[in-house]
Amino acid sequence: MNIHEYQGKAMLREFGVPVLEGEHCTSVEQALAAYDNLNSKVVAVKSQIHAGGRGKGTLYHPQTREEVMQGGVKIAFSRDEVETYSTNILGNVLVTIQTGDEGKVVKNLYVESGCDIAHEYYLALLVDRDNKSVLIMASTEGGMDIEHVAEHTPEKIHKVIIDVNAGLLGFQKRDLGLALGLSGMSLRSFGKSLSAMYEMFVSQDCAMVEINPLVKSKNDEIIALDAKISFDENAEFRHKNWAQLRDLSEEEDVEIRAKETGLSYVKLDGNIGCLVNGAGLAMATMDVIKLYGGEPANFLDVGGGADEEQVKTAFSMIMEDPNVKGILVNIFGGIMRCDIIARGVIAATEALSLEVPLVVRLAGTNVEQGKKILAASDLNIHPANDLAEGAQKIVSLIGGDE
Amino acid sequence: MAIWIEEDAKVLVQGITGKQGQFHAGKMVEYGTNIVGGCTPGKGGQTVELEGKEFPVWDSMTEAITVTEADATVIYVPPPFAAEAIMEAAEAFDSVKGEGVVICITEGIPTLDMVKAVAYVNNRPGVRLIGPNCPGIITPGETGGAKIGIMPGHIHAKGRIGIVSKSGTLTYEAVAQTMSIDEGQSTCIGIGGDPVNGTGFIECLAAFENDPQTAAIVMIGEIGGNAEQEAAAFAAENVSKPIVGFVAGATAPPGKRMGHAGAIISGGKGTAEEKFEAFKRAGIACANDPSEIGSVLLQALKDAGLR
Repeated sequence: MNIHEYQGKAMLREFGVPVLEGEHCTSVEQALAAYDNLNSKVVAVKSQIHAGGRGKGTLYHPQTREEVMQGGVKIAFSRDEVETYSTNILGNVLVTIQTGDEGKVVKNLYVESGCDIAHEYYLALLVDRDNKSVLIMASTEGGMDIEHVAEHTPEKIHKVIIDVNAGLLGFQKRDLGLALGLSGMSLRSFGKSLSAMYEMFVSQDCAMVEINPLVKSKNDEIIALDAKISFDENAEFRHKNWAQLRDLSEEEDVEIRAKETGLSYVKLDGNIGCLVNGAGLAMATMDVIKLYGGEPANFLDVGGGADEEQVKTAFSMIMEDPNVKGILVNIFGGIMRCDIIARGVIAATEALSLEVPLVVRLAGTNVEQGKKILAASDLNIHPANDLAEGAQKIVSLIGGDE
Repeated sequence: MAIWIEEDAKVLVQGITGKQGQFHAGKMVEYGTNIVGGCTPGKGGQTVELEGKEFPVWDSMTEAITVTEADATVIYVPPPFAAEAIMEAAEAFDSVKGEGVVICITEGIPTLDMVKAVAYVNNRPGVRLIGPNCPGIITPGETGGAKIGIMPGHIHAKGRIGIVSKSGTLTYEAVAQTMSIDEGQSTCIGIGGDPVNGTGFIECLAAFENDPQTAAIVMIGEIGGNAEQEAAAFAAENVSKPIVGFVAGATAPPGKRMGHAGAIISGGKGTAEEKFEAFKRAGIACANDPSEIGSVLLQALKDAGLR
């Protein structure tokens, strides 16, 4: 789960990481008021969306798609400029390298004081799968795309692996700071910020904290100039405050509803809906559809113990997508019995008066009963014996890649 | 022989009095698994009825292992308490016997809890953790066998193919594929799809290589991380038995979590394409589609003179 920069900075401040003064705004009036309050000659007017590359993005009018302004993060030197930039940003669509061509409508702004920057760094805390621990990564190449740095100048990325039982140790902070070329005041300031960030990472169950750039000011203070924070959704049960931090407008509505009913759904761009049990098998089903020339419309895992009602909900979610021209059901019954799935499929197709072609592949527990139930119905259901056959059938039924 | 779990292994169930634990404990007993009891703190001294037989419940794992001399435990404890259940089992096996296998089925354990639990288990070298968020491990027998987890027992048969996979249902798919060419399984392990877990591909490959019952291996990966690439590099140097591979998630969009918490492509790393390439470089026979695993395996067995 991602949060906005302004929320991330509030959290950093709470844990004692220096951030600049700033205000969250949702209107031009608020942005102007923020400018007046901040009493800073220079302010940054920053679009708040859950995607990177905002600075180099482009704003478009939501209906006409005409270009409004280059750059979703602007430096304003006057009240007039704050007005111009916030007008150009709010309500318009920001397209960045991470949003896709559709872009995202900007509803939130962050107006932040300026600061004298001596140097920009990159800093990130994340869970490293290889070391099965928390990893802190820093680089002198701040403000750049870190993947680019990793590829072209890997020697400029410095890493520290935390032993969770020992925590972040003094020498680790010093080593990392020295590797960045810090000394004296700035090295101490860096160490303090790092401790605060690590404490926040662990206590708030973060999945990633990325500060790009982290800057050294002309006063030798270390300041977080950006904040990209995401949380580990598995830990939601112990963080009641996440409900308020969540910006549902940043998430697909259908994906939210799927989660509420215990299903896992991700919308894709194709036209063949899939209903599968198990995440791995669901991915494999998408892959095989593509292998036989089709395009999957979604990822949908109904889990290990779905009942008739969940199968019905899953069908109605798939059918909400107007692109769907056919559906492939692929169930390997373990705990889940094929006869129950078969009944669920029939109930759903009847209730939704399904008109698109439907291919059903069942295997595993009670498969014979399941197949009989489907065969006995007078609905237009095409059976398949394995995944390849199922994918081929649904692709040919919808007329190839039409 | 099989790996890590013998057909007659003595197994405890943590969370045996819960709905999931009781249901799956019953299925395991039905399959023939040698369940010796369970552990639920606060319910010690009670019994649980499974398939018409009574099984004892203990308050602590130390007590349960001391009394039953269990070889393994399977965890069906809800996510907020699962990491502690893993650590309790690890400590109990380590202090009572110096060894044991801990299988955690629970899905949705916070990642930082697992970071702690894995470090804790690794400090007890005789203890092996499988999972979490996995179907478990099964060593099919001539009759019955040891099914420890949530997989459908009846699709398996004793044989010579070792299976290791990150995914649950895709493991069952692989099992069905081996059966379609009249091959059974030595041991099937679901290592789970979480970013931080216990046993990985490499340890499974090494164990299968050393297991006389196993003649060939099926390895199923998915997008995210680089465990598959490392396993492929290991296999190229250390595994002489034929391996068949498949990777799920070729069509997954970057940045999206595909069901499993670990199944996410970040920054262009961890793609299915990259993993298939690594498999091919290591001489692993790849199936483009799970329905092909059987035929690719058959060919690999023939090439090795095993059919």
